[in-house]
Amino acid sequence: MESLPGTLSLLLALPLLGALGLFCVPRDMKRALFGLALLATGLTFSWSLWILRAFDPAAGSMQFVDRLAWIPSYGIEYAVGIDGLSLFLVLLTTFLGPIVILASWSITQRVKEYLVFMLILQTSMLGTLMALDLFLFYVFWEAMLIPMYFIIGVWGGTRRIYAALKFVLFTMSGSLLMLVAIIALVSIAARLTHITSFDVVRLYDLRLPFVQQMWLFLAFSLSFAIKVPLFPFHTWLPDAHVEAPTAGSVILAGILLKMGAYGFLRFAIPLFPDAAVAATPFIATLAVVGIIYGALVAMMQRDLKKLVAYSSVSHLGFVMLGLFALNRQGLQGALYQMLSHGLSTGALFLAVGMIYERRHTRDIADFGGLWKPLPVFSAFFLLITLSSIGLPGLNGFVGEFLILLGAFKTVPVGAVGAAGGIVLAAIYMLWMYRRVIFGPVSPENRDLRDIDTREVALLAPLLVLIVFMGVYPQPILSRMLPSVNRVIMRVSEPGTVSAHWPPGTREGEQEKTRHAG
Amino acid sequence: MQANVDISLSPAELSLASPLIEIILTALAVLLLDLYLKEEEKGALTWISVLGLIIASIMTLVFWPSGEAVFYSSLRVDGFSLFLTNLLLAAAGLTLLASIHYLRNAHIHKGEFHALILFGTLGMILMASANDLILFFVALETMSVALYVLTGMWKERSEAGEAAMKYFLIGAFASGFLLYGIALIFGATGSTNLDRISAVLGAGAFRGDLLLNAGVSLVLIGFAFKVAAVPFHFWAPDVYDGAPTPVTAFMAVAVKGAAFAAWIRILLYHLGSVGDRWSFVLWTMAILTMTVGNLFALTQTSVKRMLAYSSIAHAGYLLIGIVAGGEAGGSAVLFYLLVYTLMTLGAFGVLMALKEHEKEADSYRHFAGIGFRHPFLGVAMSIFMLSLAGFPPLGGFTGKFYLFRAAIETDYTVLAVMGVLNSLLSVTYYLRILVMMYMEEGTGEARGFTGSPYLYAVIAATALGTVWLGIVPDLPLELSRLSFISLR
Repeated sequence: MESLPGTLSLLLALPLLGALGLFCVPRDMKRALFGLALLATGLTFSWSLWILRAFDPAAGSMQFVDRLAWIPSYGIEYAVGIDGLSLFLVLLTTFLGPIVILASWSITQRVKEYLVFMLILQTSMLGTLMALDLFLFYVFWEAMLIPMYFIIGVWGGTRRIYAALKFVLFTMSGSLLMLVAIIALVSIAARLTHITSFDVVRLYDLRLPFVQQMWLFLAFSLSFAIKVPLFPFHTWLPDAHVEAPTAGSVILAGILLKMGAYGFLRFAIPLFPDAAVAATPFIATLAVVGIIYGALVAMMQRDLKKLVAYSSVSHLGFVMLGLFALNRQGLQGALYQMLSHGLSTGALFLAVGMIYERRHTRDIADFGGLWKPLPVFSAFFLLITLSSIGLPGLNGFVGEFLILLGAFKTVPVGAVGAAGGIVLAAIYMLWMYRRVIFGPVSPENRDLRDIDTREVALLAPLLVLIVFMGVYPQPILSRMLPSVNRVIMRVSEPGTVSAHWPPGTREGEQEKTRHAG
Repeated sequence: MQANVDISLSPAELSLASPLIEIILTALAVLLLDLYLKEEEKGALTWISVLGLIIASIMTLVFWPSGEAVFYSSLRVDGFSLFLTNLLLAAAGLTLLASIHYLRNAHIHKGEFHALILFGTLGMILMASANDLILFFVALETMSVALYVLTGMWKERSEAGEAAMKYFLIGAFASGFLLYGIALIFGATGSTNLDRISAVLGAGAFRGDLLLNAGVSLVLIGFAFKVAAVPFHFWAPDVYDGAPTPVTAFMAVAVKGAAFAAWIRILLYHLGSVGDRWSFVLWTMAILTMTVGNLFALTQTSVKRMLAYSSIAHAGYLLIGIVAGGEAGGSAVLFYLLVYTLMTLGAFGVLMALKEHEKEADSYRHFAGIGFRHPFLGVAMSIFMLSLAGFPPLGGFTGKFYLFRAAIETDYTVLAVMGVLNSLLSVTYYLRILVMMYMEEGTGEARGFTGSPYLYAVIAATALGTVWLGIVPDLPLELSRLSFISLR
């Protein structure tokens, strides 16, 4: 299908237009405010579905590319595009959009500002996923921080200010070094090719000397590893998750955490393939440590949100392991796991939010026997729990299975460790489920009302997708494959890629082999 | 030198000097009118001054051709001076507009205040255009004397006198360094004219390497005092704190602009061949200035003092561009000066809008809860703080991006890394304002806001400018690049 220009720009603009529209609605009309925000995110989601339909599954290249000179004197462009790596993450983002708005109904104070920040966040997340220009990417990457900072800091829990600041400082400490690396990469490229361009597709073709690759890879990786978060950079995550309002946690776990892994996949690995290969043992080790450590710590948590937060550390360890298996199964599995973690952890946070609204506590010890007053909820919660564990037939299984398959080929020891993590996940999730849902019902919990239509409507779409992705992964995997293959090719076959590059890069090749030998 | 100098003005010289003469006439008119106008009519003085500044700006655009040197080539009018002159005129105009209510509350005499701002601006413009070290020195003193007085103008505040005295003593001290440095350079090269000095340097026909280096280093120290670079910064916080807020804003913005302009023209461009030997010193100074400024800003409880230290830190960022040098570094400094002027003026503007029982409200707690109680000030202050911290897509980010880029392209990567680490440090205290404004409940202080529409207009204009420079920076970037390459 012929792609129309402006397709992706419209997708970016819709939430922003919604935010502008919100300014015109009086602040005490809560229904109108929510309606408008729902409309904006709903339209965004529908438009992204149209994009999915028009997406060419066979092409591994960028599609729907919009280009516009932005700062021409410095080679900076407004360039957005989408390929198999970003397509489903974009869909996940737009899909969660209306859900988080609906989930925020319990917000009573400063609704207008809250919704404006949510919509701005939506645009900046989409921009991060679609940006093809490194400068633009960085702008969106940093722009995600501000709305999230406010969402945690204004509408969060008791230690919200501390958590919000920690979130910003951790993320920025990595990303500022990435900024230096971006500038350095572009100026190195400009010296080699005499073209100043921040276009990542153009920069893909460049193969730098190994030492330069290593430095730049380090700077990019630090930024992404903090965002993932890879052990030991995860300490901001539990604080941010616990203090954020429910919708903030859903966005954080569902999408923001994926940005780090996406950054590796889109930038760090294909731009610096030799460094990525060299760093595999270290990152795979950290990933496996994260899987085990996250699971063990999750097991010991009393707070439901903290438990889910640490389970995210564990699950994202899987994603990192899959990425750095650096083969087809590993990358596909990592991408798939990113999607399914977004769904199942998003759903987990929603579920935790629902019982929090009823009991105003997240302490596992305060619950028990919820199946009696909340039968529908308990059924939903079971499915989500099983999905998070990775039960075959549900979404979590596909990703984890592919990741282990890929990892066994390149880092078998890591795969063994990770498999242990799956067992641990089953333990802590089922144990948590037993303590919350089963057992004797305490008097405080006896009269809780079951979830209402709005809450069913929140969870149902997530559950449908959880099941769908578990039984029929093929349409998703097949659309990822061409783009994944391109990344693999860049990593494994250096000769073919750098063949059409100016002779200046040849010296780089020699230096690389010298260092490797 | 010729024995009898023709001191009559040629028509060309007259047209070039006309904007400067116009500013002097405006200042004199303000002083005279001040005597005849009744107290309630003195609002007109602001409008006369602002009008004078606007006319001067138009005159520079019309009358100033590129690259002309006049008055025995002691004054150089090129794209560089055009850029800075208009920046300084805008800074002065915005300061005057923003301070209307402030002056009334603080009982500061309008006539003197306006005239001194105008004279100070004149000195700054001459600093940016001086092609002769003697003219430069006179211009610097013109600016400084005006500012010494302005600093002490709020006589009811005990800190004002202290600040003015301190500023005067340190300023005189710095002038001594400068003058001695100029004398030594004259001794080594036989001229105070920058064209002739660079010709002598280019030919290698100077006397005494030591003499020249000593001269340049003394001039460097003089500049470091003026821009408050570490370790010559210690006067700045007290002076910034003690001065009336509009004067603080004017000092933080315009003095820095003029001093960096002269720095670029004299040290970077004309004495560049000698200045290169000092790049290590400047490198150290840049890192120290950023780090010390940010660390001290972190510990402040008064927002005014925080902004004072933050302006020291920003001098450090600007020094990155000076160290990098060349077209990339020079134009990055110019662009950053533009951004810095807007966001700093705006931040001080918001500070002026807060008051507590007719007093200045400048501590962090005064910002508590403002974000939701006064959305306009909240949003504007957020823009300024986030821009100062270097968040995209705001002007402060774009400015830093070009400074760091210049450093990386000239292989000063460590400097760029120090720059970003310092940005991280600064995020902590800039965000503290946002925390106060949006995440703490108001405690009843600073309930009052000065309702001056002009102040709000200035805040709105600077906020819009800050956003604009972040989103579509291409035109101003190109302007600052052209201005730099027009230097000669």
